[in-house]
Amino acid sequence: MTATTINAQSNLSPDQLRAAFYELEEHHHPEGGSTMLGFWIYLMSDCLIFAMLFAAYGVLGGNLAAGPGPKDLFDLKLIALNTAMLLFSSITYGFAMLAMEKNDRARTQLWLLVTAAFGAAFLFIELYEFSHLIHEGATPMRSGFLTAFFSLVGTHGLHVTFGLIWLFTLVIQISKKGLIPANKRRLMCLSLFWHFLDVIWIGVFTFVYLMGML
Amino acid sequence: MAIEAVDHSHWSPLLGRLWLDAIPQDPIVLATFVAVALGGVALVAALTYFKLWGYLWKEWFTSVDHKKIGIMYMILGLIMLLRGFADAVMMRIQQAMAFNGSEGYLNAHHFDQIFTAHGVIMIFFVAMPFVTGLMNYVVPLQIGARDVSFPFLNNFSFWMTTAGAVLVMMSLFIGEFAQTGWLAYPPLSNLAYSPWVGVDYYIWALQIAGVGTLLSGVNLICTIVKMRAPGMTLMRMPVFTWTSLCTNILIVAAFPVLTAVMTMLTMDRYLGFNFFSNDFGGSPMMYVNLIWIWGHPEVYILILPLFGVFSEVTSTFSGKRLFGYSSMVYATLVITILSYLVWLHHFFTMGSGASVNSFFGITTMVISIPTGAKLFNWLFTMYRGRIRYELPMMWTVAFMLTFTVGGMTGVLLAVPPADFVLHNSLFLIAHFHNVIIGGVLFGLFAAINFWWPKAFGFKLNQFWGKVSFWLWVPGFWFAFMPLYILGLMGVTRRMRVFDDPSLQIWFLIAGFGAAMIAGGIGAMLIQFAVSIWKRDELRDETGDPWNGRTLEWSTSSPPPEYNFAFTPIIQDLDAYDDMKRCGVTRPVQGFLPIHMPKGTGTGIILAGLSTVLGFAMIWYIWWLAAVAFLGIIGYAIFHTFNYDRDYYIPAETVAETEAARTRQLEAAGA
Amino acid sequence: MHPSESRLSPPGRPLAPRPTRILRLLGAAGLATLLTGCNTLVLNPSGDVARQQGDLVVVATLLMLLIVVPVMLAVVIFAWRYRASNKDAPYEPDWDHSTQLELLIWAAPLLIIICLGAVTWTSTHLLDPYRAIGRIDQDTKITRDMTPLEVEVVALDWKWLFIYPEQGIATVNELVVPTGRPLNFRITASSVMNSFYVPAMAGQIYAMPGMETRLHAVMNENVESFGLSANYSGAGFSNMRFKMRAVSDADFGKWVGEVKTTGATPQQVAQLSEMPLHNGVSPRPMGGNLDRAAYLELEKPSEKVPAIRFATVEPKLFDAVVDMCVEPGKMCMSEMMAIDARGGLGKAGIRNVQMLAYDKTGRQATLASTGNPNEAVRRELAWVRALCEQMPGQVRDSTVKAPDDLRSLSGAGIAAPQSIGFGKEDAAAVSSAKPAHVSLISRN
Repeated sequence: MTATTINAQSNLSPDQLRAAFYELEEHHHPEGGSTMLGFWIYLMSDCLIFAMLFAAYGVLGGNLAAGPGPKDLFDLKLIALNTAMLLFSSITYGFAMLAMEKNDRARTQLWLLVTAAFGAAFLFIELYEFSHLIHEGATPMRSGFLTAFFSLVGTHGLHVTFGLIWLFTLVIQISKKGLIPANKRRLMCLSLFWHFLDVIWIGVFTFVYLMGML
Repeated sequence: MAIEAVDHSHWSPLLGRLWLDAIPQDPIVLATFVAVALGGVALVAALTYFKLWGYLWKEWFTSVDHKKIGIMYMILGLIMLLRGFADAVMMRIQQAMAFNGSEGYLNAHHFDQIFTAHGVIMIFFVAMPFVTGLMNYVVPLQIGARDVSFPFLNNFSFWMTTAGAVLVMMSLFIGEFAQTGWLAYPPLSNLAYSPWVGVDYYIWALQIAGVGTLLSGVNLICTIVKMRAPGMTLMRMPVFTWTSLCTNILIVAAFPVLTAVMTMLTMDRYLGFNFFSNDFGGSPMMYVNLIWIWGHPEVYILILPLFGVFSEVTSTFSGKRLFGYSSMVYATLVITILSYLVWLHHFFTMGSGASVNSFFGITTMVISIPTGAKLFNWLFTMYRGRIRYELPMMWTVAFMLTFTVGGMTGVLLAVPPADFVLHNSLFLIAHFHNVIIGGVLFGLFAAINFWWPKAFGFKLNQFWGKVSFWLWVPGFWFAFMPLYILGLMGVTRRMRVFDDPSLQIWFLIAGFGAAMIAGGIGAMLIQFAVSIWKRDELRDETGDPWNGRTLEWSTSSPPPEYNFAFTPIIQDLDAYDDMKRCGVTRPVQGFLPIHMPKGTGTGIILAGLSTVLGFAMIWYIWWLAAVAFLGIIGYAIFHTFNYDRDYYIPAETVAETEAARTRQLEAAGA
Repeated sequence: MHPSESRLSPPGRPLAPRPTRILRLLGAAGLATLLTGCNTLVLNPSGDVARQQGDLVVVATLLMLLIVVPVMLAVVIFAWRYRASNKDAPYEPDWDHSTQLELLIWAAPLLIIICLGAVTWTSTHLLDPYRAIGRIDQDTKITRDMTPLEVEVVALDWKWLFIYPEQGIATVNELVVPTGRPLNFRITASSVMNSFYVPAMAGQIYAMPGMETRLHAVMNENVESFGLSANYSGAGFSNMRFKMRAVSDADFGKWVGEVKTTGATPQQVAQLSEMPLHNGVSPRPMGGNLDRAAYLELEKPSEKVPAIRFATVEPKLFDAVVDMCVEPGKMCMSEMMAIDARGGLGKAGIRNVQMLAYDKTGRQATLASTGNPNEAVRRELAWVRALCEQMPGQVRDSTVKAPDDLRSLSGAGIAAPQSIGFGKEDAAAVSSAKPAHVSLISRN
């Protein structure tokens, strides 16, 4: 038998034994104790989906099918503006979290709404870029490169869209229930999600836009 | 057999491309449809007559109890096993018949769906639900927890898996299933070459079920990491829990790849994207790489938990501590990591360079080292033991003898030049059935016989269990030995007709084996029925029918809703064995209220909406897809407004339940 | 066919005891007792490459049996000896660790895998299908005066097209090769993935659209055998088989002459074929010259197609198939990739998609559109002509040269595969050959 404090020869009374082998005084597991870990694992799996899309872009990115390439299509200034929007939204989300720490309900909601505004601006610019490309004929059907580009950037955009829906849901839930622990946990999760999208975007910006243009 | 090209290109806004021509004209399918429909009507009528709907809804469908969800997973796996096996029998009959110019009884359209469906169903809707169900049932009990980390998510995961299975079953009667093989390689699976609904059924079934699997993986990792009873350090976790942890890590690290690949294929088929097209700079090879980056870890997802089962069973029935616990754990970890470095061995024959091929060949062989170490560990666990040959142990010994051969042929296939002559041959088919039946399925049968008394409070009938065993094991060898030989004769897989009459005898032998397996499955169903019927004779009052070693045996059979009235404290590996040796008696007073999660119907509703979404997308019924999608989003948001998700079981109820258990134990003389 | 007609090698194997031969005999004793009586083609093939691969199957199996047999015996013995009813057997419930045993159970499989890994590394390189074979059989090295026979293979829906560029002939579902002469196959497919496999000759390699794969092999006996597709490719897959014959050099010459005469008169394939599928077999007679138009007709899905012979073949047809530009008005893949490598055509190229579409509309549509070329194709044709010459690109030769030293499985000569050739002129030729186009070859 490996090292153990108690064994059959310990000569403990039944009560002592019970106390050694059972938690007689229930230690309350904090509710939602696994939530952050679970959400983090989910984010990592989501990260893998992006990894696949990046890989696909790596494979197909050069397959222009005798069509236009990144240099012909991208407008780096617009994308820089777009990136700024998303980065600002991350900062303002940070302010929302600081306000939450101070249990300042109104300020939390305010910063959340500011975040949403930046997020919406990001989405708007992205949609503008997409519609412009499609209008020019650079549709995802045109080439492997455009397929991979639209899928990677579009998947990120969809994530931001869901983040926004979630954010508005939370704003309403905070006004209904206040900053109760459950809502705080949800804010923490959304915070992880939002910053995660920021990190992914940095990758997209570097890998797709900068490396495509420079 | 000439096939008339049917024009399925019509579309209407209301029904999409769904029309009367979607009902298969094949008499076999129609007869099956009638039988299933009658059976379904009878079932619904019976449930209504006995007023069981409310009970089922309240106690099972909306339950978040990991034990009930685990049992529901097992039932799903069993039902789908019957479907998948029916496909197998149909293939065996066709291949035994189609000689000397005979076309057999299945045309290409039907036969090609059958082998695709067989593969998809057996992997995704038999093996996965069985394995997930088992982990769901056993892991929380083994680690002394009261439920999983996210009970609602668990219910949702189950229903999403079921939704995928429902879609596959629907394809039998409405439209068609894919005719692509179970991994649906493009370009064949592209719209150009598979224009109708088959591949779309495949995509949506896998996609929806995949969500369930992924979430269940996240859930079980959190459960194992966060919910272990005090004192259960990582190196005191039961081996089954360890292998479950590794499996779920693999799930979380592999299924997103499947999700991504399926999404890419969806985009290609629905929107004309160019991920995997031949033209416009697409790359079919990329699909093959990506799908196997998921696909290879998938086989370890299936087998690892069963390695855990064999460890528990061998140790319990040998009446010994497991030999080499830590080397077992490290072997599992090594397999987990290596399973990501071998995917290319599935396509040595696609023109990779010799150095790439040898690298992947050798990494594949390296996996056999930890696997071999495991086998030795079981062997030395039996050494100087007192082996009781109950059914679980019989299956384990059968596994050790069968799996070794499958492992050997697997390593053989990992030698690239050998693979050049054996790739896609019936030798390969024999190999992976050798490991999946000999490993996964035998392990599941061991597990079912082992934990059934825990789940239901009575043992399974031994006689019919033995009948099943003795039909299954020789049946397996009769069914697959001929395939090894046929593979060496240069016979390839997925063939519908043959021209060399000397092959027929081997297919007849294989058909005989399949018939024995059919008997084995039948005997197993009889075993379940007889055991339920004579449950009073087989009753186990102690909760510990096998002289078990891990925590699940310390509670009653079936365990109360809360599993453990008091959370156990773990002092050693084999925690319950340790308790028994130290003479610990369970506390019978001082009960406290227990905090438990509430059931919810959200899981089944969301999964139902997902089924509708999948169906609408498959048939291009865009309005319905939009409605279903908005329904899913809306209902999910609505669900988050419900903060009232848990309750306390009062201390008095716990005291009553435990008092009943005390009386039960006294009556049993324990 | 008479064995004596075989040019270089006598039929059957030399009887001198060699390690592989001894192993094979052992294997025959251990493995094949069960298999006697049935024709295990994979273990007893007629081609040297397949024979070496078959030997490897036996060698690897024997190596593993070294550990598998003792383990299985131990399982049975332990399972019997330590049964609960045997009270004489020792019982040690707490015995769960032994460092020596642990060492053994990790080391024993490791040793086997080290051996097998070494065998794998060398044999994978020596039997790389892209590597020109270095020997005709165990005793005969390749000499410089042996010119390999080139065969170009196209997997069509659902039949095989073989083009003999040297002879200028082509056949469908009939492969005839001279015995004892190195064979170089270039392989591709028209629509979906297939796998080109002649079990008697050599291991398989995939045939994939838009990509070219290679196979080097040799036949050592005059035999009649078969080939097949080893990868499921759709409804007609099961009947995608062809007759393969290895004949003496003289007979091969005779056969080529025959093809040139019989193939000159086109025949109604629909009458030859028992049961056409999808009504796909062309009403047009097949035979005569295999030009692009005839190829496009042949490419349409059909099943159970009997052997068809073409007396002449349009030059470079195979390259056009790999390049997916047989159809008039299509841009060749190699051209497209060269343009892409230069950064694409910019926005000017956006709307020219018709010339790129290959299988977007599928088998059925190919059926309709090729018989009845639509307006868009005609409109774009001029544009494509202006852009590229409509000539398929020259695929870079990625054949790995055979090593000079043929000590089988010893690993000799594999250190730098590309640099070991027959002479300096080869290396010079390789380096001076300018890659005209980006390679399409599947070599990932």
